[in-house]
Amino acid sequence: MKGILRVLEHHLWVYRRTWRGTVFVSFLFPILYLLAMGIGLGSLISHGPTRTLDGVPYISFIAPGLLAATTMQTAFSETTYPIMNRAYWLRTYDTMLATPLQIRDLLGGEIIWLIFRLTQVAAIFFLVMVAFRTVHSPLAPLSILAATFTGLAFGMPVMAYAAGQRRDTGFSVIGRFIVTPLFVLGGTFFPIDRLPIAAQDVAWLTPLYHGIALSRDLTVGGASAPASLIHLAVLAAYVLIGVGAAHLTLRRTLSQ
Amino acid sequence: MAATPTRPDALIHARGLTKRFGNLVAVDAVDFDVDRGEAFGFLGPNGAGKTSTMRMIGCVSPASGGILRVLGMDPFVDGPRIRARLGVVPQADTLDRELRVEENLLTYARYFDLPWPIARQRTRELLEFVQLSDRAQSDVEPLSGGMRRRLSIARALINEPELLLLDEPTTGLDPQARHLVWDRLYRLKQRGVTIILTTHYMEEAEQLCDRLVVMDKARIVAEGSPRSLIDHYSSREVLELRFPSDAAPALDGKLDGVADRMEVLPDRVLLYTQDGDRAVAALHERGVHPDSTLVRRSSLEDVFLRLTGRQLIE
Repeated sequence: MKGILRVLEHHLWVYRRTWRGTVFVSFLFPILYLLAMGIGLGSLISHGPTRTLDGVPYISFIAPGLLAATTMQTAFSETTYPIMNRAYWLRTYDTMLATPLQIRDLLGGEIIWLIFRLTQVAAIFFLVMVAFRTVHSPLAPLSILAATFTGLAFGMPVMAYAAGQRRDTGFSVIGRFIVTPLFVLGGTFFPIDRLPIAAQDVAWLTPLYHGIALSRDLTVGGASAPASLIHLAVLAAYVLIGVGAAHLTLRRTLSQ
Repeated sequence: MAATPTRPDALIHARGLTKRFGNLVAVDAVDFDVDRGEAFGFLGPNGAGKTSTMRMIGCVSPASGGILRVLGMDPFVDGPRIRARLGVVPQADTLDRELRVEENLLTYARYFDLPWPIARQRTRELLEFVQLSDRAQSDVEPLSGGMRRRLSIARALINEPELLLLDEPTTGLDPQARHLVWDRLYRLKQRGVTIILTTHYMEEAEQLCDRLVVMDKARIVAEGSPRSLIDHYSSREVLELRFPSDAAPALDGKLDGVADRMEVLPDRVLLYTQDGDRAVAALHERGVHPDSTLVRRSSLEDVFLRLTGRQLIE
């Protein structure tokens, strides 16, 4: 545990130089999206035949979806280049492993750091949601945890992949063929029951679908224990597989 | 080399130490011991197995076979405990480019669990020691190669290690920067720090090492002090001759018997002899007139050439 703290201290030193920018972006993104998609697009929908989705205005429908999608994207950017750089280009991990620190400390540090960043982004997003009056349930603050967990479920397998990479070509493939399609089709902007059945099945297998469903139930209202448990179980499976794979990759790349 | 019995007092003890990467044998059953307070060198060309050996001693790369004890412990079992007492200066610069000079030392001190006041104090002292105090707030990127190497050395000293491992500490540095590094290492040696270094610079090995092993093709081919290796494997003096490039056929046989031993290199001929000047005179008597002649003392380079038939740096 002490070793994990030392790794976190290192990350905090580095973050001291960049935190302002990340906090600014964390506010900017939800404000832009809620203005454009929520109020702009939402005003068209509220004057159309549908009027509300899940019984709430469109902006309240997409806000939790955007919340979960944002943590997914944050996880993507935190677990690709930074991990490859520390593992290979900057040799940060080699430096740490020349000291009493061990691979499990590196991994533990990265996981907790990722959770910290995701919680930060999700909490700021939630504040913006409150300001836009898109929160309709006393359970809503729990959506910060749900979104963090969503980001973790997406980020850990990506981290496992990035730790073994020496080039960034795979990252843009993940971005184009996984992150963007999930963002657009995974349930952020419309309920996935509008998709063809086959696509719905695929969506059900992704962490983002479950993360959005969980977050939406919490902010719109209507969270049920059985459904929430299923969502959590799928996310937990992604986290566990990702952590195990990341440990294997780090061992393979760092202790030859 | 015959295996000698275990020496529990040795700081490092290796018997049959082997490292394989797939089918490649990087280190092939080497034996060596390093005593406390010694400056011990691994001399050899690139690819001889020096870095692999260092990584096993540094407890970051598990041995594929043989026995290795570092500070009396087994790296496989006690890696973190051993590393707590080592200082490592890797061959590739691993300074943290996301942090400033001073922060590099502070964070590194914390990896060793040093309390903040001690971390700050040692950071100050070590920057002083490597003459980088005025660059404490600088980024790493603008530092020169020599400054970065000194910073790496300072970083490796943050835990006051009993054993300092340096992998080619001056490769790529200009002569002035190299001498500055040597000077700092010499001071550490005087303070009683045990130093292990790899190098392919003979001058470095002669300047710094009390004892060294010559490595070639994953094996240790000789061991001893620089002086004893030279005495044992080379002559007192070396006569270097350069000829016009078309003269080689005409020389056939004319140099035989002038010296104890001869090496013909692409650009020059080396004659190993007790008395270089007498050999020059003998050549002139035989009517051999090279473009240039140089009489010098034997060096570790000659030892290496003798042992492996190749030059260290080609």
